[in-house]
Amino acid sequence: MIRSIQFNKLLMHILIIGIGLFMLYPILWLISSSLKPGYLIFTNLSLWPNEVTLNNYREGWAGISRVGFITFFKNSFIVAILCVVGNLISSSMAAYAFGRLEFSWKKFWFAVMLVTIMLPHHVTIIPQYILYKQLNWIDTYYPLTIPKWLATDAFFIFLMVQFIRGLPRELDESATIDGCGKIRIYWKIIIPLALPSLITTAIFTFIWTWDDFFSQLLYINTPKLYTIPLGLRLFMDSSSESSWGALFAMSVLALIPSLIVFFSLQKYFVEGISTSGIKG
Amino acid sequence: MARLWKKNAIPYLFLLPWLIGLLALTVGPMISSVYYSLTNYDVISSPTYIGFDNYKKMFMDDPRFYTSLKVTFIYVFTSVPLKLIFALLVASLMNKGLRGLTFYRTLYYLPTLLGGSVAIAVLWRKIFGATGIVNHFLLLFFGIEAPDWIANPEYSLYTIVALSVWQFGSSMIIFLAGLKQIPQDFYEAAQVDGASKWKQFLKITIPLLTPVIFFNLIMQLISAFQAFTQSFIISGGTGGPIDSTLFYTLYLYLKGFSFYEMGYASAMAWVLLIIIAFFTFIIFSTSKSWVHYGDGGK
Repeated sequence: MIRSIQFNKLLMHILIIGIGLFMLYPILWLISSSLKPGYLIFTNLSLWPNEVTLNNYREGWAGISRVGFITFFKNSFIVAILCVVGNLISSSMAAYAFGRLEFSWKKFWFAVMLVTIMLPHHVTIIPQYILYKQLNWIDTYYPLTIPKWLATDAFFIFLMVQFIRGLPRELDESATIDGCGKIRIYWKIIIPLALPSLITTAIFTFIWTWDDFFSQLLYINTPKLYTIPLGLRLFMDSSSESSWGALFAMSVLALIPSLIVFFSLQKYFVEGISTSGIKG
Repeated sequence: MARLWKKNAIPYLFLLPWLIGLLALTVGPMISSVYYSLTNYDVISSPTYIGFDNYKKMFMDDPRFYTSLKVTFIYVFTSVPLKLIFALLVASLMNKGLRGLTFYRTLYYLPTLLGGSVAIAVLWRKIFGATGIVNHFLLLFFGIEAPDWIANPEYSLYTIVALSVWQFGSSMIIFLAGLKQIPQDFYEAAQVDGASKWKQFLKITIPLLTPVIFFNLIMQLISAFQAFTQSFIISGGTGGPIDSTLFYTLYLYLKGFSFYEMGYASAMAWVLLIIIAFFTFIIFSTSKSWVHYGDGGK
């Protein structure tokens, strides 16, 4: 009896690892291909490159259209960090108001906020584009970053409201008795305690901004201002079959920041997804 | 009056960034989007009012519009169910009290984490290409000379479906969280009554999981209707071959930002909103009959 249970467990492990490897195979293949010399990429199936070269990385890093790949990296980091900071400040402010404060029309605004979560952003894209054009913001990072400073990703407000509601109210009350104002309570009590929801927001904002292709495609036209997704696309359009290696190498580098963020903050990540059901 | 000011000043101060964003970037644009959808507008000259002509043209006189609808519907109604089924199966496999759960969860979440990126779309285009690894495998193990999946209009859409199903990780994590909520005594009682594993799954797991299924379904449906990046990269921005991967949002993008028909694209955006709202509404209104909440339907 015991032996058969153990056997079942072993079988289960093998099954799960098997499916998992099958799923990971494309990513592993990408990594291994980026290390193979060009002529082997599509003829050699083995994941273990029998001839390792860093040429693809050298070639890719040198960049394209007279822009080095490091420029794309720098641009992506600038945009992503501005978005993360903006989202954290604006969303946590709104979440504090909804989660803790009393004010007129609160229910109405809260309902509006929930509705905007469900709204497909396509209905606002064209007027937004026209607005940014009139402001002369096309080909700048304003259209990519300013919306985050205005908490347009209402989803994150909702996530934080849920979290803040779960914090004990006694803390605020005793702080009020001690003479703390609402602004101090926000800064000294709510923000530190709501840290897990803030970290979840930061991770997702970073990765989504890093991967976001649509808005970057719309608003950025100059290669010098290109972010990584646009840089990769530029690469793909102009690359002949022989420079796939360089494209693969840069694709691998493009995935690394997301992986680092994910692995270093994994605990919050999983909590954030399973408690709030973040889309993927 | 002074009391009202005193009560509201600070809360509204905290709400201010969000309120500005709401008015300037959501409500305002929505109102002008309705107006633009009733105009001819190419961004250079000012919009001219044409009534419902954009909508008329869309439904009466634009075969590509119907193609894009068809492509999107096929994508949504194949990828979402497959994704949820995989997510649920793998989640129940993992919920057997195995050691190393964190590791497995990570393993299965990785494709989802990376999946939205251009890098993965580029990879996908190569995997399913004529000389890609899929065809290498088919030739090596089955001796099949397979077509170029990406360049063949019969299969190209399904390569994108496969990409989407591959990313079942976030639904899986939500299912796992749901499975953990189910009390073990239910299964023990069923075991005593002699119910098979499969029967337990159908009679206990599925019904108790319906709120989570409901949630995953809504989320995946809404995001599937808006899929863009994958089709853009895999088809090289065209929706080809012969419009077989012309997703609705890709067509909207081409109309608005390649042909500069902003009025038409706005009209398309409203039709998309109505379609999504319609399906969301259907699921919500039927949910009473199939979603069971543990606390007796509250």
